[in-house]
Amino acid sequence: MRSFTYERAADSASAVAAASRPGAKFISGGTNLLDLMKLEIERPTHLVDISRLPLAAIEDLPDGGLRIGAQAKNTAVASDMRVRTRYAVLARAVLAGASGQLRNKASMGGNLLQRTRCPYFYDTAAPCNKRDIGSGCSALGGFNRSHAILGASDACIATHPSDMAVALSALDAEIEAVDERNASRRIPIADFHVLPGDTPHIETTLRDGEMITAVTLPPAPPGRHAYRKVRDRASYEFALVSVALVIDTQDGRITSARVALGGVAPKPWRSAGAEAALLGEPATTTGFRAAADRALAGATPRGHNDFKIDLAKRTLIRTLIDTAEQAEGA
Amino acid sequence: MADATVRTGTELIPSSAATTLTVNGRDYTLEFDPRASLLDVFRERLGLTGTKKGCDQGQCGACTVLINGRRVNSCLTLAVMHEGDEITTIEGLGNPAQLHPLQAAFVQCDGFQCGYCTPGQICSAIGMLDEVRAGEPSHVTADIAAQKIELSGPEIRERMSGNICRCAAYSNILAAIRQYAEAGQEAH
Repeated sequence: MRSFTYERAADSASAVAAASRPGAKFISGGTNLLDLMKLEIERPTHLVDISRLPLAAIEDLPDGGLRIGAQAKNTAVASDMRVRTRYAVLARAVLAGASGQLRNKASMGGNLLQRTRCPYFYDTAAPCNKRDIGSGCSALGGFNRSHAILGASDACIATHPSDMAVALSALDAEIEAVDERNASRRIPIADFHVLPGDTPHIETTLRDGEMITAVTLPPAPPGRHAYRKVRDRASYEFALVSVALVIDTQDGRITSARVALGGVAPKPWRSAGAEAALLGEPATTTGFRAAADRALAGATPRGHNDFKIDLAKRTLIRTLIDTAEQAEGA
Repeated sequence: MADATVRTGTELIPSSAATTLTVNGRDYTLEFDPRASLLDVFRERLGLTGTKKGCDQGQCGACTVLINGRRVNSCLTLAVMHEGDEITTIEGLGNPAQLHPLQAAFVQCDGFQCGYCTPGQICSAIGMLDEVRAGEPSHVTADIAAQKIELSGPEIRERMSGNICRCAAYSNILAAIRQYAEAGQEAH
């Protein structure tokens, strides 16, 4: 690990001021950052510890939404009864990720900023455009079984690893951030993560020195929630494909649908196509198949990950059958 | 003991100011490189070698300890970040003369072979059972809004998935945790 200086921020204002130094980075749970620092993929020269800032509260909002502080631990979010009852898709997604130990440490803000688990990104001997700009993408012609089929580019086919962010995408969450002048702004999650294009080293629209302070959730959409994750092991493994779903039906027709996919793209993949295909249609397997086709339209397989197109469709259809059928009976 | 500064190559690395860590109820005040993981400080500086280094990247769970009662991977956190926290390692739970009841259950149930993952398994299980008692759900909890979690085999397996046992003593680890948990319930 490269050397760095360390300071513990006393408050948000001093945290963002400290982070304006060149080479500075925030650290909270550290479960991803320290791993990458050990490999010298991340090389901050100054660490600003924000883990003790009073930003861990989970609060009801006047509009019926919820505001989750950036320093809330993943466990605290998944255990909060308001999250479990009103935003079950979020609790389910958080619990599908990592291990108990990691969720106890990982923060809400850090989860959004975690970096890809592409093995070539981690292999410092291999070319990687995300890690070493312009060096090439080893995954394109390599073992790309875990890689993206949607939204990728010829510069990078890495996936975003977060389960939590997939649920936040389905819930239309907004990310609150402050900059070094203490000015606050809210970024819709759809605009937070960016596609790789020619600049895969740029992963979010968060500016240098900006600090996430909270994630806000609008009132939950009506209907039943589901998060289904398909992976190589039953637990403690990243998704090959995941589906976040919130769906409501009335008299057998779909009146509201939120669909987001994980494990298939460089960012949490909200599928407006699938939602449009479902809305107003009968909650039948035929309709679900059409929605799945829409969700995967334009998918680009890369060889080892060809199976992900069928897997994503089947996972979405199965989740729709299980969830919408239950909604009809409810 | 290390100097206040550590020379590596040509760089002079700033050490932290004196930091006090509270481990197993005892305060240790020392200076160390800010890069030091909590795990390395236990093992290299405090002589607490019960906590084991397996993968050093948060995948195996051998380094699991309790911080303010919560289980965490000590390899993936900086020691300097834990001033003022109550840290418990395996040495704080029991010793050969006086085993913690969960350690005794591991012995009775043959819950290990080489033993390398065992301190992490035990610290993790203690934290895990507290999480269940607090009603925190898991990936396999059927009713995520349930107030009370039933400690079933699938619940224990899912919740312990962050602790790998390369000898694959899993079935006996499960038995040991169940035996300890059930005995605890009887005692209440």
